[in-house]
Amino acid sequence: MSVKVTHLSKLFATQRAVDDVSFEAHQGEVLGFLGPNGAGKTTTMKIITGYLPASSGQAEVCGFDVALHPMEARRRVGYLPEHNPLYRDMYVREYLTFTAGVHGVPQAAKRVAAMIELTGLGSHRHKHINELSKGYRQRVGLAQAMLHDPEVLILDEPTSGLDPNQIVEIRQLIKDIGREKTVILSTHILGEVEAVCDRAIIINRGKLVADATIEELKRQFSGQSVVTVEFAEAGDQKRLAAIPNVLSVKGLDKNRWQLHAAVDHDVRPDIFAFAVANKLTLLELHKETYSVEDVFQQLTK
Amino acid sequence: MLSIFRKEINSFFSSLIGYIVIGVFLVLMGLVMWVFPDYSVLDGGYANLNTLFSISPLIFLFLIPAVTMRTLAEEQQSGTIELLVTRPISDWQIVGGKFLACLVLVAFALLPTLLYFVTVYRLGAPVGNLDSGGILGSYIGLLFLAAAFVAIGVFASSLTNNQIVAFVLATFLCFFFLLAFDFLSRLPVFFGKTDDVVQGIGIQYHYDSMSRGVLDSRDLIYFVSLIALFLAATVLSLGKRKW
Repeated sequence: MSVKVTHLSKLFATQRAVDDVSFEAHQGEVLGFLGPNGAGKTTTMKIITGYLPASSGQAEVCGFDVALHPMEARRRVGYLPEHNPLYRDMYVREYLTFTAGVHGVPQAAKRVAAMIELTGLGSHRHKHINELSKGYRQRVGLAQAMLHDPEVLILDEPTSGLDPNQIVEIRQLIKDIGREKTVILSTHILGEVEAVCDRAIIINRGKLVADATIEELKRQFSGQSVVTVEFAEAGDQKRLAAIPNVLSVKGLDKNRWQLHAAVDHDVRPDIFAFAVANKLTLLELHKETYSVEDVFQQLTK
Repeated sequence: MLSIFRKEINSFFSSLIGYIVIGVFLVLMGLVMWVFPDYSVLDGGYANLNTLFSISPLIFLFLIPAVTMRTLAEEQQSGTIELLVTRPISDWQIVGGKFLACLVLVAFALLPTLLYFVTVYRLGAPVGNLDSGGILGSYIGLLFLAAAFVAIGVFASSLTNNQIVAFVLATFLCFFFLLAFDFLSRLPVFFGKTDDVVQGIGIQYHYDSMSRGVLDSRDLIYFVSLIALFLAATVLSLGKRKW
């Protein structure tokens, strides 16, 4: 067990930022940490990294309680905080060398060079951090987090503020790392969870509301299947609702409809038959699967 | 701790801070020592460095808070403190590294004033007619005073994420410890032995005592405890997120 959190709670004055949260993250797994803003994602991460103390409950990293054996736990964690704080007046390589020194990394120069290579900072290594674009700064943040080869990586919104190409690159990087290490990454971009994570945890107002693999989450919440259909001619809502197995009908555009049906029955043949019987021209027939967005919205309503 | 020390020293000398601090100190000191007629050694008629040792604390009063104000305030402002305290080093190492780096910078500023010593030594009649022991004691006293100011400055910097607040607070605290206790001890409410005690809390009393060239263990203990007190307070203040 790389990261184990048991009955963790955190009180700020009277507000419960984290409320009795328990979960585990295993080696070789990318764990997505989802939740609306202010749900307690960052606070939980800060507790695991030892920045904040828990009000009650425990957080363990590789078997070391972060409150009782902070140094042992910290050695095994790489951390990228929310706004990626960096010393702006330092050079990229200087900063990474400093970080290596603080961690006591053996053969620091070699390791720093390897990290620069891995994060694609090669052409920027002699630049001031101040001069770097946001995407490259994010790479510096990732490089410093991975520099001491930690078993656990905690990344708080690693792709925020990046352009789409950079997001794809950073995600690929995280995925690659996640094959060997434990990665916990927080985000409120749901597509990111689907793209990168093996498992997701959803928290809302400090409470854990879901802990499952992405497939499980989707299956659990797809109680209905949704079919979008478009006809060339005007349809009639009532007649559409009369199609066998259709539970409800919602108008989207002029001639577009969204039909809900039971999950275990494919309603498309019925719709086709309906179109044929009524001499309607079928322009679109598309079955949708539930996305993480829907799950997220349902859980954090 | 060494990494932090090295990083701080590098940041002093890769930016202008280090050069400005050393430059300003030496220009001011040079002017007062050799040019300003009322203070100049040349006009004083005595072969001593009293001017250096009486003016330096006053320059340090402003210069040291300027050096220390960014140490922790900037880290707290930019959020880098979060990374620093979650690395496998203790808060003592962080504070210690920063304290030593600032102290070394101040020591660098003092180093060239040894030339003044040589000059006055050569100018004495006869040559070398100079209280070398007293001067050595004064240098040690001045270093301890600087160390105490640095400890106060780093502490002030840990209290806030605003560098200007840190500077003003540090200047005030340094002034208070340097002179205010001396002045307060003259209040009529402190009489008999109590005025000695009040005076003894201040830095000036112990600094003067060391300037005489006698290294009294009481003065050393005073300075070491004052420095330790403020460093401990800094570590405590760094941990305030945990309260």
